[in-house]
Amino acid sequence: MSNKVVNILVPVISIILGLIVGAIVMLVSGYDPVAGYIALWNGIFGDAYAIGETIRQISPYILAGLAVAFAFRTGLFNIGVEGQLMVGWFAAAYVGSAFELPMIIHLPLSLLAAAVAGALWGLIPGILKATLRVHEVIVTIMMNYIALHTVNALIKAVSGGGYKTEKIQPTASLRSDFLSQLTDFSTLHYGIFVALAMVIVTWFILEKTKTGYELKSVGFNDHASQYAGMNVNKNIILAMVISGAFAGLGGAMEALGTFGNMTNRGGFTGIGFDGIAVALLGANSPLGVIFGASLFGSLKYGANNMPNAANIPLEIVSIVIALIIFFVASGYIIRVGLQRLAKKKEAK
Amino acid sequence: MSFLEVLYFIIPTTIAYAAPLIFTAIGGVFSERSGVVNIGLEGLMVMGAFIGIVFNLFFVDTFGSWTPWVALLVAMVVSALFSLMHAVASISFRADQVVSGVAINMLGIAIALFTVKMIFGKGQTDFIQEKIPRINIPFLQDIPVLGPMFFKSVYGSSILAIAVAILAWFVIYKTPFGLRLRSVGEHPMAADTMGINVSKIRYVAVIISGGLAGIGGAVYSQTMTGDFGHATINGQGFMALAAMIFGKWHPIGAMAAALFFGFAQALAISAGSIDVEFIQKIPSVVFLILPYALTILALAGFIGKANAPKASGTPYIKGSR
Repeated sequence: MSNKVVNILVPVISIILGLIVGAIVMLVSGYDPVAGYIALWNGIFGDAYAIGETIRQISPYILAGLAVAFAFRTGLFNIGVEGQLMVGWFAAAYVGSAFELPMIIHLPLSLLAAAVAGALWGLIPGILKATLRVHEVIVTIMMNYIALHTVNALIKAVSGGGYKTEKIQPTASLRSDFLSQLTDFSTLHYGIFVALAMVIVTWFILEKTKTGYELKSVGFNDHASQYAGMNVNKNIILAMVISGAFAGLGGAMEALGTFGNMTNRGGFTGIGFDGIAVALLGANSPLGVIFGASLFGSLKYGANNMPNAANIPLEIVSIVIALIIFFVASGYIIRVGLQRLAKKKEAK
Repeated sequence: MSFLEVLYFIIPTTIAYAAPLIFTAIGGVFSERSGVVNIGLEGLMVMGAFIGIVFNLFFVDTFGSWTPWVALLVAMVVSALFSLMHAVASISFRADQVVSGVAINMLGIAIALFTVKMIFGKGQTDFIQEKIPRINIPFLQDIPVLGPMFFKSVYGSSILAIAVAILAWFVIYKTPFGLRLRSVGEHPMAADTMGINVSKIRYVAVIISGGLAGIGGAVYSQTMTGDFGHATINGQGFMALAAMIFGKWHPIGAMAAALFFGFAQALAISAGSIDVEFIQKIPSVVFLILPYALTILALAGFIGKANAPKASGTPYIKGSR
């Protein structure tokens, strides 16, 4: 079996295994897995409204997935997407509500604010990694919690002691009457086009520019890159900054599109952590991220239909997603299994 | 409140908040010292908190006032079994240990909430009747000043936590197993050459970390919240991870760091009521982010250099150089 086929087979087998184990869990818990998965399917594709909401859910997933994937390509594990996304969410909500500007300036400015906020949140672990060799995983985890508490304090500060920011001005909104009417008045907004544009931007940076070549080179082997005359430290910081900017834009989807403000949060959004799953399933390629985000975004939104239609707790989908990550991460054993199968066939 | 009254309130609260962190951070020390990064501590704690509460609710009639202690044991066993998933993935299947840990975190909260909704038909459990009791330690509580600070109405679990930290120090630094554990985490190939079974030691270490995180979770839910819901364990696992790093991968250091983080949490909830102008002026968000900010500073080398075990995070593949 060629390497390419195996690379595609590993995630596919992982998804199937995840769904099978999910079915077993439902069966053991006394639920009907067939009814459960039908409810999930209908929750995703049931009608125009569901499809609209599913696509709406996919947009931040694409951006979170891009953020994780981009850092991965430079050999960095950005677990801080969650925190970067939250500061981006707040920045977009604040700029979107506090200023009165014409739309042509206001909307890009709000998006930019989110990207800059996320980028700054990525800059800190980037600098620490580049200058002091501090491992980015722990720093980004800590930055997540700092983001959570800081954003809550900021929401309180800008709302004069309240627990949510003001609604954004219509001039900063990504909401679209056209898309909404097309999908039976769902909350689908223009964010999906922003997300897809960023996929193209990522592809362009990674595949068509000198910067992208250097970033990937550092990811493959930083010593060799250093020897070849590349500035490894600069590339590490750059990768974290760009990654953070994508994550911040993911937050802007929620601020300017879905919710229109930001509410005090007791915990994380989960989008950033799911972004790890998206990137992993998509093998860190821009196109793969679209597939990963579509799968996990659909599963996450479709799950909302399961309690009503099949009386199954929607957490079953989180179990399935976690299992899929687990199986993809254990890809080594799946590869070994596939190779054995291939050898048996050859022997016959 | 006078200054002494403040201390009488802050110190017991600090110890109460620190106890779950101590258990979990010590678990983290075992796992990382053997060379397996365990980001999944949060998920393992969630599992422990959930099992502790559910067991307590269902068996309170059988075990009476012993229920919370039996619940701790059951939570330990279940979380240890759950951590086996992380062990298999990261030791035998050579998975990326961070990714596997993330999966454990997602899976822990998902399984717990799924089961809670299945059993109770709502997002959180009922409240338990038998919490972990607060006890007064005879004689010691009569010591002036120190008595009310450390020995009056303390949770039994807090004393257990400190005992576990000392025991862990003894096991890691004074026993053959501890020597093997550390060698496997620093240089697995050398350890393998000396005839140590690297995989076995790592499996045991991860299972210990799972068990201790399970106790930590069950202590938290049975002292602090009294029920289990989606926000019962909200970052305590990651804070324990931070305590482990801040304590430089040393059991006693981890305990001290956990106590300090407990102090920050106690200050965050009570800063407003303290009659010291200096403390009242500090916004509570400062105390909330303090543990995490300090951990970053510790890692950056501003507060002494924190060095992880050398082989931490890399799977050991026999025969590779």
